[in-house]
Amino acid sequence: MSGTYLGMPAFPTAAASATRDGQLRANLTHATHTIRDKRARAVAELPDWALLREAGAAIKDRTLRHLDGYLERLEAAVTAAGGQVHWAEDAEAANRIVTDLVLATGEREVVKVKSMATQEIGLNAALERAGVRAYETDLAELIVQLGDDLPSHILVPAIHRNRTEIRDIFRERMAEWGRAAPEGLSDRPADLAEAARLHLRQKFLDAKVAVSGANFMVAETGTMVVVESEGNGRMCLTLPETLISVVGIEKVVPSWRDLEVFLQLLPRSSTAERMNPYTSMWTGTTDDDGPRAFHLVLLDNGRTDTLADTVGRQALRCIRCSACLNVCPVYERAGGHAYGSAYPGPIGAILTPQLRGVGSELDASLPYASSLCGACYEVCPVAIDIPEVLVHLRERVVEGGEVTRNGRRVRIRPARGHAAERAAMRAARWTLDHPGVLRAGQRLAGRMRGLQPRRLPGPGRAWTASRDLPPLPAEPFREWWRRTRGEQREAGR
Amino acid sequence: MRVALFVTCVNDTLFPRTGQAVVTLLERLGVTVDFPEEQSCCGQAQFNTGYRRETEPLVRRFARAFHGYDHIVTPSGSCAAMVRDNYPRIGARASAEGRDRGLASVAASVVPRTYELTEFLVDVLGVTDVGAYYPHAVTYHPTCHGLRMLGLGERPRRLLSAVRGLDLVDLPGAEECCGFGGTFAMKNEAVSAAMGADKARHIEGTGAAAVCTVDNSCQMHIGGTLSRLGSSVRPVHLAEILASTEDEQW
Repeated sequence: MSGTYLGMPAFPTAAASATRDGQLRANLTHATHTIRDKRARAVAELPDWALLREAGAAIKDRTLRHLDGYLERLEAAVTAAGGQVHWAEDAEAANRIVTDLVLATGEREVVKVKSMATQEIGLNAALERAGVRAYETDLAELIVQLGDDLPSHILVPAIHRNRTEIRDIFRERMAEWGRAAPEGLSDRPADLAEAARLHLRQKFLDAKVAVSGANFMVAETGTMVVVESEGNGRMCLTLPETLISVVGIEKVVPSWRDLEVFLQLLPRSSTAERMNPYTSMWTGTTDDDGPRAFHLVLLDNGRTDTLADTVGRQALRCIRCSACLNVCPVYERAGGHAYGSAYPGPIGAILTPQLRGVGSELDASLPYASSLCGACYEVCPVAIDIPEVLVHLRERVVEGGEVTRNGRRVRIRPARGHAAERAAMRAARWTLDHPGVLRAGQRLAGRMRGLQPRRLPGPGRAWTASRDLPPLPAEPFREWWRRTRGEQREAGR
Repeated sequence: MRVALFVTCVNDTLFPRTGQAVVTLLERLGVTVDFPEEQSCCGQAQFNTGYRRETEPLVRRFARAFHGYDHIVTPSGSCAAMVRDNYPRIGARASAEGRDRGLASVAASVVPRTYELTEFLVDVLGVTDVGAYYPHAVTYHPTCHGLRMLGLGERPRRLLSAVRGLDLVDLPGAEECCGFGGTFAMKNEAVSAAMGADKARHIEGTGAAAVCTVDNSCQMHIGGTLSRLGSSVRPVHLAEILASTEDEQW
C-alpha cells in the first residue's frame, strides 16, 4: 500500500476487493454512520443553514471568477507581512520548491501537520528521495505513516483501522520512527492517545522546520488559517524556526468577513462540532514569536485547468469537510483507497479526474464510482452538485471532447474500452426513437419469455451475478393499451 | 383536463401492470387518461452514462409525443426527475453548442407539465385517500431521485397511510440508496450488490409482506436481490397498491 497511488487498479476492481473485507466494512460503517448522525444534529441546530450554504457557495464562486486578482492581493499581503510566496505550477515544481527550502536550512527532518495538498503531490516521498524525513503529526496521519499505509478519508485518514489494529501498529512501528510505544500498551483510546502524545512531543521539541497546509488564505491580510481538533497543528505552526505552507490556489477567500461563513460551515459539516477546538491563524512572521521564516507555496497542479471548465469548476469550492464521504453508500462499501488519490469519496470522484485528467484507467473509472443517489449534494456545505459533475465527466470519458490541459484547449479522445458500450447506447437510442421497432422487440421478447435464462451471458452477467431478472410479461403495456383502450380512443377522436 | 400517461420504457417492457394500475386508478378518480403511442424513453440511461448527445433525439420525441397535454403523469420518480432536472440542461447545452438551437425551448416546455404520480395525486387532484384497500404489511423505500431530486417528501407515505387495511411499517435506513443506479449496477457490480444486500436485509427485518416504491427500476434491483436471497417479500409499485380495492385486488 505504501508510497504512491500510481498503478492502482480501476475503481470497480479495487472496490470489489474492499467489499469482501468484512473488517474494513464494519469499521467504515460504524465510523461513517456515527459521524453522519452527529452531523445531521449539528446542522439542524442552525436555522439559517440553507442561507449559510448559499453564501458559502456564492463566496467561493465569486472568488474563483476573480481568482487571479485575489491571489495577487494575497501575495502582496503575505510579502508585506514578512513571508515569501512561491508559485508552483505542478506537483513536481511544488516538491522541488519545498525540498530546496528545507535543504537550505541545513535540516534533514521536518514535522508536518496534516495536509491534503502535500498528499496530493506526494511530498513525503519527494523529501525522502532528497534525504529528508517528514514526520506526520496529525494522530490519524501518524497511524497511516507508521502502518506504511495510505490515508483513506479526508478528515479521518485512518478511518479504515480499528483501535486494536492501531495498537498493533504503535507497538510494532513507533520505535523505528522515534520514541517507542510504552510497554504493554492497551487498545484503550486514552492509552493510544497518550502513546501518540509522548511520541509526537519529542518531534515538536526537536523540529526546526515544519510543513503545513491551510484551510483558508485571507487575501486582504495575507493570513493563513488551519482548523483542527488536536492542537498538533498549532505546535507545528508555532514551534519550528521555518514554516513552509503548501496550499492549493482555490483556498483563498477575499476577506475576514467571508471567513466567518466558512468557520460556521466547516466544523459542523466535518466533525459535527459547533466550533472546532483549534483555529490557528498566522500572518507572515512576527519578531520573537513563532517561525522566523515563512514560505507560502501556492499550488496549481490542474486547478486552473479545472477552473476553465464551466460545469466542473464547482469542485474547486470544496472546503474538504468530508461530509460527502460520510454519507456516501459507495464510499462506505468501497473504502477510501479504492479511489486511488488523496481525495476519496464523491468529491474525489469529481476532483481527481479533473486535476489529473482521465487518461489512466483508474481516473476514467472514478466518474462511475457513484449510483447518483444525490446524498452527497444534499449534505455539501458549499452546494457542489456532485452528481451533475459526475455525469459531465462521464461524457468526457466516453465521448472525449475539448478540455483545458496546462492552460491550452485540447481535444481529447474517448477513453479506451467504451466502443461496445457506445455502440449499444446508440443502438438503444435508435430503437427507442422508433417505437414501432421497440414494439416489435417487445412482442418478440414476450413470445420468447419461456426461454428467459436465469443467468445472462456477456455484459448481462454483471446483473445476474447477484440478482434475479424480473420475469418477462406476456404482454407489454403498449399492447394492453391497444387491446383494451386503443380502439375506443381512436373512435372518440 | 387532458392527462397523458408516460409509462416509461422499463414499465412498458417489464412491468406493464404498473401502467395498468395507473390507468385504473386515475380512471377511478374521474380522470381521462391518454397514452400517446409515439412515446418511448426519457433517455436517462444514456444521459447518466455520459452519452448526452444520444439523449437529444429522445428529448425531442418526448416533447412531440406529449405536445398539447396539460399534465404528463409518470409512475417513475427517476424518469420524472430526468425530465425536470436534466432536460433543461440538455436543451441548453445543445443550443450553446450550436447543434440544436430549438431544443432548449422544447425541453423547457415539458418541465412544468411533468408530474410523478404521487405529485399529480396530491398536488393536482388534491387527494390522499384514493379509496384503496390493501390488507398487508407494507414497508416503503423512498427511491433516491424521488426523494432528493423531486423532493416528494411525505406524499407517498400519506397516500399509503390512507389505504384501508394497510399496515405501514418503518424501514430502517430508508433514505439510503438501494444500489441500483442504472448502469452503476453493472459497472460496479460488487458495490451495487453489497448495497442491495444491506437494503434487502433491512426490508426483511421489518417483517413486511411487500416493499413499495415509486420507481420500478430500483424495484427491479431490490426485487431481484430479494428473490436471489430466497426472500418472500414482494416488490410492489405504489400505483398497484393504490389501484387495489375490495372489489379488485391487485
